[in-house]
Amino acid sequence: MKATETPPVVAATEPAPVSKSKPPAPGGKEKGSEGQVLNVFSHGVLIIWAILVVLPLLWAIMSSFKNDDSILSTPWALPDKLHFDNWSRAWSQAHMSDYFFNTILVVGGSLIGTLLLGSMAAYVLARFDFPGNRFIYYLFIGGMSFPIILALVPLFFVMNNMGLLNTRHGLILVYIAYSLPFTVFFLTSFFRTLPGSVAEAASIDGASHTRTFFQVMLPMAKPGLISVGIFNFLGQWNQYMLPTVLNTDPKYRVLSQGLVELANSQGYKGDWSGLFAGLVMAMLPVLAAYIIFQRQVVAGLTAGAVK
Amino acid sequence: MQHGKYRFIVGFLVAPLALYAVFVIWPFIQAIYYSFTDWTGLSPDFKMVGFGNYSRMLKDDIFWKSLQHSVVLVLVLPLVTLGLALFFAFMLNVGGRRRKNAAVAGVRGSGFYKIAYFFPQVLSIVIVALLFQFAFNPRSGMLNSALKGIGLDNVQPDWLGDPNLALICVMAVLVWSTVGFFVVLFSAGMASIPKDFYEAALLDGASRVTTFFKITVPLLWDTIQSGWVYMGILALGVEAFTAVQVMTVGPGGPDYSTSILPLYVYQTAFRDGQAGYATTIGVGLLIVTMAFAAIVMRLGRRERLEF
Repeated sequence: MKATETPPVVAATEPAPVSKSKPPAPGGKEKGSEGQVLNVFSHGVLIIWAILVVLPLLWAIMSSFKNDDSILSTPWALPDKLHFDNWSRAWSQAHMSDYFFNTILVVGGSLIGTLLLGSMAAYVLARFDFPGNRFIYYLFIGGMSFPIILALVPLFFVMNNMGLLNTRHGLILVYIAYSLPFTVFFLTSFFRTLPGSVAEAASIDGASHTRTFFQVMLPMAKPGLISVGIFNFLGQWNQYMLPTVLNTDPKYRVLSQGLVELANSQGYKGDWSGLFAGLVMAMLPVLAAYIIFQRQVVAGLTAGAVK
Repeated sequence: MQHGKYRFIVGFLVAPLALYAVFVIWPFIQAIYYSFTDWTGLSPDFKMVGFGNYSRMLKDDIFWKSLQHSVVLVLVLPLVTLGLALFFAFMLNVGGRRRKNAAVAGVRGSGFYKIAYFFPQVLSIVIVALLFQFAFNPRSGMLNSALKGIGLDNVQPDWLGDPNLALICVMAVLVWSTVGFFVVLFSAGMASIPKDFYEAALLDGASRVTTFFKITVPLLWDTIQSGWVYMGILALGVEAFTAVQVMTVGPGGPDYSTSILPLYVYQTAFRDGQAGYATTIGVGLLIVTMAFAAIVMRLGRRERLEF
């Protein structure tokens, strides 16, 4: 179809439904129906994927309220009644409460540590000239692309020698260390964009560098800290490989380890409903938080990839 | 003042750098050293074996199998994930019914789609893997009972138990959990492409498919390329490891059909007690990762389009 066949203005401005009801130039109609078909097609495709994404999650929630028999025999049937006992069994007997407690403790500690140490390093690297600045920056950045599994074998023995294996504080330190590359990378570029005049004014007023950082620069960097904080929170909350290797004491298991443990022990216990309840229990807080803070979460997670 | 400045810099950098050096840099350096030794990881004694581990690796069938699977993941995962994500994002942004004064429009409810598609991104890969382990269960899983439900009683694949299907199942799960992230990422990129570009192209008689390949893809090239690197690192890294480790029988089975390099490193080190040889395989993984990044950067190099 050539543009000369159709008066361009008509094709561009006329909404598709209208072009259907009163037949315009032949070219215009063809174009309108192309849009129409595309519209139906795209809705179809998009809905199918939405169902593919949401259905397994709904299925898990539904299964967590069923008893073992109906989970195994009729996976698609709705629960006959809401078996809340699955949830209480998972919470107390399957130690989900302990796993939650450990995870909150570890992630809380490492998140604060990551943000504090990450912003300190990023601030210095972004705003001060000193020999070795570039070297240290690239040293941090380099950590983003190396396969962690390679470091994991020696790391196990480093931790062992320092007496940090199977402890919560050891895990916190490792989480912080492995979160630093992205955090430093992200916050360095963030601190570079902040105006320097405010910091200068503070130093003229006699504030020390440290005080300028904590009382002036850090509050100004809040949006960046929130983005990178969400990114690290999800990464650390969902962490599986590091605790599996470095934290094998059942007392200190975190959520992801606990769930895998729960799934493995189902082999002989056969408590499927309890496992589903545990899965949903671990899933819902994060999903709820995501729906509430949707905009910030998306911004935080995609910010790194756009840079 | 100058003195104060350096004291401040050192004071702020010492803690993050020390942590990073001890838990990240040092283990990496050690890993390369250990790859030349016969260290078991269990006893403190070991001796240098030169390139012994490396020549052993080149003759190791399981290594080649794992490498092959890892390469398949690196090639297939980015292609499928980014392709689907681009397609969905295009549908979201351009597939809409044409309105007054707009040549292209997003579909109605695009906000809903974006929220739903992003769900898996906030969930732990452990939860996703466990969920699909049940979905793939041959007897009582969601998939086979759905097949039964629509009358396909004879089509009851073993999914994760079938050596020909297991790796495909793992890949499907990884695609399922990552597509949403890129839909949102690409959508944001597409939203910033000026609408007149599409208008002009449509006026000139271009079909929407043409506008996709001639306008959308070239203008998003930078984002697509960084997405490619990100997906490749994911396919060689923690996410793929976790999916295989949690979902597959063995893990890595049946019959090594889902064994991948990170899993083989992990098993060699912590199951077989061959820490030295494990780090050798890890160095192999590092080389594959570097080669992948270099190839993508090289192939993807294009002139940057400003708009």
